[in-house]
Amino acid sequence: MITAFLIKYGEIGIKGNNRYIFEDALVRQIRHALYGIDGGFKVHKESGRIYATATEAFDSDEVIEALKKVFGIVWICPVEEIDDNGFDDLSEHCIRFLKESYPEENFSFKVQARRGRKNYPMDSMEINAQLGGRILDAMPQTRVDVHNPEVLLRVEIRGKIYMYCKEIPGPGGMPVGTAGKAMLLLSGGIDSPVAGYMISKRGVQIEATYFHAPPYTSERAKQKVVDLADEVSAYAGPIRLHIVNFTDIQMAIYQKCPHDELTIIMRRFMMQIAEEIARKNDCLGLITGESIGQVASQTMPSLLCTNAVCTLPVYRPLIGMDKQEIINISEKIGTYDTSIEPYEDCCTIFVAKHPVTKPLLHVIERDEKKLDGIEELVKKAVDTEEIISCGKKIPEVY
Amino acid sequence: MEAYLDNSATTRVSEPVIDLVVKLMREDYGNPSSKHLKGFQAEQYLRRASEQIAATLKCSPKEILFTSGGTESNNTAIIGGAQAASRRGKHVIVSSVEHSSVKEPFRALEQRGYKVTWLPVDKNGIVDLEALKSALDDETILVSCMAVNNEMGAVEPIEEIGRIVKDFNPEILYHVDAIQAYGKFRLPVHRIHCDTLSVSGHKIHAPKGTGFLYIAKGTKISPIIYGGGQQGGMRSGTENVPGYAGLGLAAQLAYGSDFDAKIDRLYALKEQFTADLRSLDGVTINGKTGRESAPHIVSASFEGVRAEVLLHALEERGIYVSSGSACSSNRPGLSSTLQAIGVPGPLLDSTLRFSFCFETTREELDYCIQTLRELLPKLRLFTRH
Repeated sequence: MITAFLIKYGEIGIKGNNRYIFEDALVRQIRHALYGIDGGFKVHKESGRIYATATEAFDSDEVIEALKKVFGIVWICPVEEIDDNGFDDLSEHCIRFLKESYPEENFSFKVQARRGRKNYPMDSMEINAQLGGRILDAMPQTRVDVHNPEVLLRVEIRGKIYMYCKEIPGPGGMPVGTAGKAMLLLSGGIDSPVAGYMISKRGVQIEATYFHAPPYTSERAKQKVVDLADEVSAYAGPIRLHIVNFTDIQMAIYQKCPHDELTIIMRRFMMQIAEEIARKNDCLGLITGESIGQVASQTMPSLLCTNAVCTLPVYRPLIGMDKQEIINISEKIGTYDTSIEPYEDCCTIFVAKHPVTKPLLHVIERDEKKLDGIEELVKKAVDTEEIISCGKKIPEVY
Repeated sequence: MEAYLDNSATTRVSEPVIDLVVKLMREDYGNPSSKHLKGFQAEQYLRRASEQIAATLKCSPKEILFTSGGTESNNTAIIGGAQAASRRGKHVIVSSVEHSSVKEPFRALEQRGYKVTWLPVDKNGIVDLEALKSALDDETILVSCMAVNNEMGAVEPIEEIGRIVKDFNPEILYHVDAIQAYGKFRLPVHRIHCDTLSVSGHKIHAPKGTGFLYIAKGTKISPIIYGGGQQGGMRSGTENVPGYAGLGLAAQLAYGSDFDAKIDRLYALKEQFTADLRSLDGVTINGKTGRESAPHIVSASFEGVRAEVLLHALEERGIYVSSGSACSSNRPGLSSTLQAIGVPGPLLDSTLRFSFCFETTREELDYCIQTLRELLPKLRLFTRH
């Protein structure tokens, strides 16, 4: 019977002296993911492995679903944990375990033992051979295949002994919190949550900024963004969402600048404000969901213009992706259905019929000069931000 | 200041109704189907509620079927009615400005092979009676029309329709959706000649999830919900006793001795409000006003302003209204009612509905007008191109 989950991680293993930092971060993320899930899981690391051991009854599928969202995990193995009571006892447990896992008892197999504890009286090769023999005796319809076994029974001998024969792929990546922090520009669309997910996968902790423009965008549009942040946080961990009131700035741009440049100029202010909030919150970069040529404001000349206001690096993980590829990821991570809720965000309310697709930076900069007093509006927008904590609420002490 | 002017969406439950509902939840919580005393008591509450409702329609308490609200009442009458009469014919008739809880059941009938005639309306949203007369034929089994239009407050000639239908063939089922009319108009069912009439509780200060369908004695309707056979097998499921008791009381309160005075007051409020709206620049009132319209609904279009933006700007100042149409950047939800009455394209997306209840005050409406006077010029500076 499955009593624990053995968690394997790839890339972290090759880190040098910093390895413990990555392992500890992964342990922390796993605890976070399993918080609130039945099973009373205890998570601990032991020489290159992490174990989540149940202390109470649990639902295996639920646990696996939760672990599949923890970046840094490469494989999730449901294991049975037994005490070391000698080789005979081990053999009996292995046979029972196989019978439980594959009741048809008709498969090719291979035993792969590993001794973390080298004082075990037999070496790994001996264990493989001996165990294989006993299994064949007990289940005569099975056969050994050391090259392409249908079932690979692994036996890890450590303080306790762990048996497993199934490996479920994890999401890969790096544990969140090991790479630093970045500020995601989160709209209500399909792309930005995906961008946040992708950067977070590399171990980056995420904060997010949303530009709210009441009365042009509604409370429901805002709630939609909070929902999206909650959904991304299932992977990225807790997200602090900064909500910036953008109405006055947008109105000023609308009144004073050429309408075909509205979106570009608006986005330049968004980047500028996001960067300011990012710096205040120790973020090392900005994240956007831009993809070359997707819309007028994401052509290369437009990106040049919006990029020009930032000094922090801007991470654009979707830059080379097609819309359908982005949609596929968004469906996979579960943000798609929220993204397509029909509430207007502030990028869509004042779009010109024919926005510029090849803006020139000096022209944009010249037209922005018409916005006298804009610095104060920007300052006010930053100062009056509202912060919402998104994601699972976990007590500090946990 | 706060002004809730969205009473056609829903109303606040009135205090006496709240007290009664709470009392039933807390003390008299029996199941009316139980054989013991607690069950009997619960049944008495239902009996009392149907008597209170029947008194307002001048019908028998046995003709009241409790439901979960307007949508279920309409579905029961239309789907259940058409099904029961399907052997006599497959032709059904309905106006083209109905609420979706009527329109969609008719679409469902259309898919099940019924022939549906959608009656046109004039620029005031009133059903074309000549079109009705020419649509009626030997195959016709069901005619449905709303009493008061939910979007613009147009009052439909339901008595004339009843006469026309029953003169043509008394066997044709005549359904009236009275959800916006109940509590604002006297609806003696024998004068309307309707076979079924639907009402929703939460529009008249009763809790959400309550409503009823009047079903004239002898009318054949197939149930659409099956189970333990409650309410004579017409709608199985344990009755929402607290809700229905509240609904009965709310119905009685709506048609109290001060009914005419309350309605007069509403019309006076509406008259002043529409006059004030007309005094603003670029505002059109949709449909008829005065005694020819419902006393509690005003539909107005605001040139050069998007309804949703105006709605949220009003909301920031504590004023709650409805936009005539759901709306988004790809504009899928423009109101078919407003289109049917010929509201010009640009105004479709600029229409708000203000709806009152008996608690609405002059001060609230003045505040709303004053706020609109301030907002409209500002919002018009920022029109989408």
